[in-house]
Amino acid sequence: MREMICICCPMGCRMTVEKTADGYLVTGNTCPRGKAYAIDEMTAPKRMVTSSVPVDGGNFKMVSVKTAVSIPKELIFKALDSLKGVRMTAPVKEGDVVVKNTAGSGVDFIATRNVDKC
Amino acid sequence: MKRNLVIIGGGPAGLAAAIGAYDEGERDILILEREPNLGGILNQCIHNGFGLHTFKEELTGPEYASRFIREVKARNIEYKLNTTVIKLSGEKRVTAVNETDGLMNIDARAVILACGCRERPRGAINIAGCRSAGIFSAGTAQKLVNMEGYMPGKEVVILGSGDIGLIMARRMTSEGAVVKAVVELMPYSSGLNRNIVQCLNDFNIPLKFSHTVVDIKGNGRVKSVVIAPVDEKLNPIMDKAEEISCDCLLLSVGLLPENELAKQAGIALSPVTGGAEVDENMMTLSDGVFECGNVLHVHDLVDFVSEESAHAGKCAARYIAGKIESGSERIKIGTFGGVRYCVPEYVYRGKASEGIGLKMRVNNVYRKVRIKVVADGVEIAGKNKQIVTPGEMETLSLTAEQADKLKNASDVSVGLEVK
Repeated sequence: MREMICICCPMGCRMTVEKTADGYLVTGNTCPRGKAYAIDEMTAPKRMVTSSVPVDGGNFKMVSVKTAVSIPKELIFKALDSLKGVRMTAPVKEGDVVVKNTAGSGVDFIATRNVDKC
Repeated sequence: MKRNLVIIGGGPAGLAAAIGAYDEGERDILILEREPNLGGILNQCIHNGFGLHTFKEELTGPEYASRFIREVKARNIEYKLNTTVIKLSGEKRVTAVNETDGLMNIDARAVILACGCRERPRGAINIAGCRSAGIFSAGTAQKLVNMEGYMPGKEVVILGSGDIGLIMARRMTSEGAVVKAVVELMPYSSGLNRNIVQCLNDFNIPLKFSHTVVDIKGNGRVKSVVIAPVDEKLNPIMDKAEEISCDCLLLSVGLLPENELAKQAGIALSPVTGGAEVDENMMTLSDGVFECGNVLHVHDLVDFVSEESAHAGKCAARYIAGKIESGSERIKIGTFGGVRYCVPEYVYRGKASEGIGLKMRVNNVYRKVRIKVVADGVEIAGKNKQIVTPGEMETLSLTAEQADKLKNASDVSVGLEVK
């Protein structure tokens, strides 16, 4: 059994989720969105990971990055580790790949801003 | 120098206002921005979650900003960077300085204040203790980590559970720091639920409600902070105090609209929002001066800032074109039953040609309520809510027909009816 707060709306329902023989039993939710969220969180929680890495010769010192799509929650720290020591050189374009296939997730870290050469 | 429209601030509010004014037909627009880049605070908000309302996708701050910057550039709207406005006079004369132009006096036909807000500092909340190094506002720490590449500390305590504090709890953790606790004075968080879940719970960071920092220790560098629970009157219970060792204290204790220019120009400010009082055109009580975004009232979501500011830009363009009546009679919108404030504060008496959007905040958590607009004792618009909280802004859109009733009543107010 696990307790969680629903993030679908400001209600913030406090829900409990129990594994049953044929799925999950969600209690404490007020609407169907809460149930779907709770089951997602139990079976395949995913998060987008964001950070920033240094960039040389640009109009910003750092370039912000994100995983192109959400990755499994348990890979967050592995993904962040893959950014250690990475430096970019200006120019960088929004969408440029910074680290390919981070933490074996099949997802790339991509730049989320342009950094112009200067 | 003479310009039709001067927009002070090139962050999300200023960008959207410029686009709104341009698309309403105004071409003589100048944006003044004190930082070296457009985009404002979004440049340091590298996390995702922006734009869900506007673009139906989750963007990071820089991505959200770049969509608006592209639109401004596509319209060839002029902007000056590294330019600080040092004075606004009541006659709409804007005094600004930068390295290339020197001192500029710009006489504008309309001015939009889009200067955003700043963080409440330590001095404003009177925390006792040493003045050690290692105490930062959460936003300063965010800039250091995300823009400059510096870590403000290794063992962190965060006071206040505003959204920036929660975001920084996750960010510091992801850069290898240990966040020992987030301490919140109130029994609820002023931050969004999704941030409590994804920034604290995901990383097992404890959130202590009804607690505050009562002492900071450390000569030179912060060595520890003392926290204590508070009673219902928010007074600390000192015999239950505990000491937490740390080398960094981040403050996320509220945002204040940055209204120094408005004050100089003698513009009336609301004691509740800290921003100017405006009418449905986002015009302040000073003719031809408009305000929008976080300088008007602090928003939770940038989407709402963009929407409000586009409206302000549109209205400023209409004002310049002589399409807005000014100086006619205004009615103040009152509040009741737990609504702390409503923006706009005023509406003009007269015919409504379009709808009006009302934004409001409540003073506590209420369940099963009806938010309603009452004109001369009769409800003219309303909606039911399962819950309202101080951390989430509420909105109510009036149709042109409802707005007409609002504009022609002798007594109007917005409030909550608890069911």
